[in-house]
Amino acid sequence: MKSVENGVFSGIRILSFAWAVVGPLTMKYFADYGATVVRIESSTYLDANRINAPMKEGKSGFNRSGYYNYYNANLYSMTLNMSHPKAIDIIKRLVAKADVVMENFSAGVMEKWGLDYEGLKKIRPDIIMLRQSGFGSSGPYARLPAFGMTLAGITGIPNFIGWPDSLPLPVGVAAYTDCICPRFATTALIAALDYRNKTGKGQVLDLSQFETGLYFILPAILDYMANAREPSRVGNTCSSAAPHNVYRCRGDDRWCAIAVVTNEQWKSFCKVIGNDKLIHDPKYRTLLARKKNEDELDAIIGAWANDITPEEVMEKMQSVGVPAGVVKNSADIYDDPQLRYRGLLWPLHHPEVGSFTHLGRAFQLSETPAQARMPSPCLGEHTAYICTEFLNMPDEEFVQLTNEGVFE
Amino acid sequence: MLSNCRALDLTDEKGFLCGKILADLGADVIKVEKPGGDSARNRGPFWHDIPEPEKSLYWFAYNSNKRGITLNIADIEGGDIFKALVKNADFVLESYHPGYLDSVDLGYSAIREINPGIIMVSITPFGQVGPYKDYVASDMIAMAMSGLLYQTGQPDGPPVNISLPQACLHAGADAAVGALIAYYHRGATGKGQHVDVSMQQSTAYFSANAIPFWELSRTILKRTGHFRSGVSTATLQRQVWQCKDGFIFFVLIPGKTGGKAYKALLEWMGSEGISIEDIEKIDWENADMATITQETIDRMIIPIQRFFLLYTKKELLEGALARNISLCPLSSMSDLLNDRQLGSRNFWVEIEHPELGTAITYPREFVKSSEVSCRTRSRAPMIGEHNKEIYEEIGISNAQLISLKEARII
Repeated sequence: MKSVENGVFSGIRILSFAWAVVGPLTMKYFADYGATVVRIESSTYLDANRINAPMKEGKSGFNRSGYYNYYNANLYSMTLNMSHPKAIDIIKRLVAKADVVMENFSAGVMEKWGLDYEGLKKIRPDIIMLRQSGFGSSGPYARLPAFGMTLAGITGIPNFIGWPDSLPLPVGVAAYTDCICPRFATTALIAALDYRNKTGKGQVLDLSQFETGLYFILPAILDYMANAREPSRVGNTCSSAAPHNVYRCRGDDRWCAIAVVTNEQWKSFCKVIGNDKLIHDPKYRTLLARKKNEDELDAIIGAWANDITPEEVMEKMQSVGVPAGVVKNSADIYDDPQLRYRGLLWPLHHPEVGSFTHLGRAFQLSETPAQARMPSPCLGEHTAYICTEFLNMPDEEFVQLTNEGVFE
Repeated sequence: MLSNCRALDLTDEKGFLCGKILADLGADVIKVEKPGGDSARNRGPFWHDIPEPEKSLYWFAYNSNKRGITLNIADIEGGDIFKALVKNADFVLESYHPGYLDSVDLGYSAIREINPGIIMVSITPFGQVGPYKDYVASDMIAMAMSGLLYQTGQPDGPPVNISLPQACLHAGADAAVGALIAYYHRGATGKGQHVDVSMQQSTAYFSANAIPFWELSRTILKRTGHFRSGVSTATLQRQVWQCKDGFIFFVLIPGKTGGKAYKALLEWMGSEGISIEDIEKIDWENADMATITQETIDRMIIPIQRFFLLYTKKELLEGALARNISLCPLSSMSDLLNDRQLGSRNFWVEIEHPELGTAITYPREFVKSSEVSCRTRSRAPMIGEHNKEIYEEIGISNAQLISLKEARII
């Protein structure tokens, strides 16, 4: 059973109520490495991403959302109508066969079902429960529904985006905290699985998307604690580098980012833009001088970059060791040779929408790379399989429960 | 939980968070700095704005709970000492340019010879393999190449970076995940491996629905300022709203969850005398995101904005809490320090900095475990603070330490 042929977490069973983006991103780290991760879903209370755009061919349908399908490769979907009186019994039988129960509801939902840690522990004493709601499972905001957009706001991260004289801006992908908490949660859960292997003990892990989000602005938090400094925005500048900005290039909304950090890079940079005399120009020859005359310097670079593509700018700069990169849009990312090479995206065949690109690898493990096993599940696609595989449920009982609407 | 683990942390700021997460989970993480201290100690902000290597708040932030030694690993003797430390380690964390450690005979293939179970974790801008592996980058360059930068900013302005390094944190946190997957694998098989993490890839890992939008409808999601794009095929939704004394974040989420919040908000507005006649008939709970029009959404925005302007962010949060409306204020730092949710969860903890004659307030822990405390226990190490105790373990005497110091090896 503990064979690792099918992945590091082969044999580990995770029952998951977690949803939206935080849920799948956490589950994926386990499913991509061989765990059996079962999503409990319901047609009576859909995951918001099953109804979010974009839809395949613009036609709505539970299994047609690109948002949902992008994030859910390798996961199983079982439907269960949790408001049906018989659903709780099924869940309890599943818990008895699970190593981990995961959820990210606002506090109170799992409690209402009797599936808080105390309840789960009665069914399976060494169960590990992973909770990662917006605000954590305790405290005055615990029951407030939260989304990545609003959580990013309460962390204060937007205070750090924009120009000193402009309003704060949200992170472009909006639900920014959605990608932060899953990493912290995953490390804690793997440590807890290891701890269980060594001690036989389960536990409950309680994370808050709000709290983990704050770890991404930690130096600024300490700056406030030690120096009473409130956040500020510096546009695209950096106190220890100049030039340090994005420059408009040839094409529609095409930009290249350039960061000159060392004097060596400054010399190489000047040669690339064909302006050797800048190297020793007193206005630009030192970092402090360049910082002082940054606007003028940006104008010179802007004029140079305007006629060439961002790819050319990047290649010319990189060929002489100057940090530069195309400001990639989603089409660029889709075709990015580096990300393709490293398997960020998995082209898989989905039973309802056909060929569709799923999110793939986050990183490379030399011995046990993440593997694409299944496309994102259709709603309830694996209900029968899970009832058989986990519960050895007889066919008659399955049919009976189906007719009663338990699996809606 | 990881109390039997040891990590040797060679990273600069690109990788600090990886070791920090392992240390918070209980691992013994030893920061290995070059003699004189890691270059990232020169990164601000600084305590009381004094730019000295022992006063970098950036260093403090991501190196608490670690111990620290100094070692010149590029020196032959330093390399041998490092190899001796590898024998008793579980992880080596590093963020050098790909190939550098091989050039000083400390790459994965060399250290695997010494300890076959070792897990090496490399964190670099683009990773160890692939056509961009030799490209150089700052944090902003990795943000640009990940797609996150392009979508951030005003529609009529340039893409704008986050004013604090972020790509290194996505990569650092991912590196901790990769390290522990490898650790779990080693627990079953005894085999180590090389974990290769890229700042570009880890940051690109979350791009909401930008990639499927491109694939399914050949639409590039662009910068939308204070609005949110991509909820439906052709509409923008406001997410940042002005209120009496600042800003709040609120999004009209379709479906059951958002539908309830929308209804509760309208009731609240109605009870305060705001006219909702025009929008109360909109069936938001069952709205079809494939066909909803911008005109409908714009119609909803006007009275809501009028309502928010009547209240402070605190009043709006309290009202939202009473009605289960998913709304949050944009917090200032003092808001965070005084936030009653964080307060009730004991999120803040004072950590002593005896050398500064003071304590600084830190986050207590990123996870509450019912079994093991994962709290911030100790401040970041000073330069070479634990040289004596750690080098003693591998049999280096005090006299030898003095020689090594004089030779600038430690």
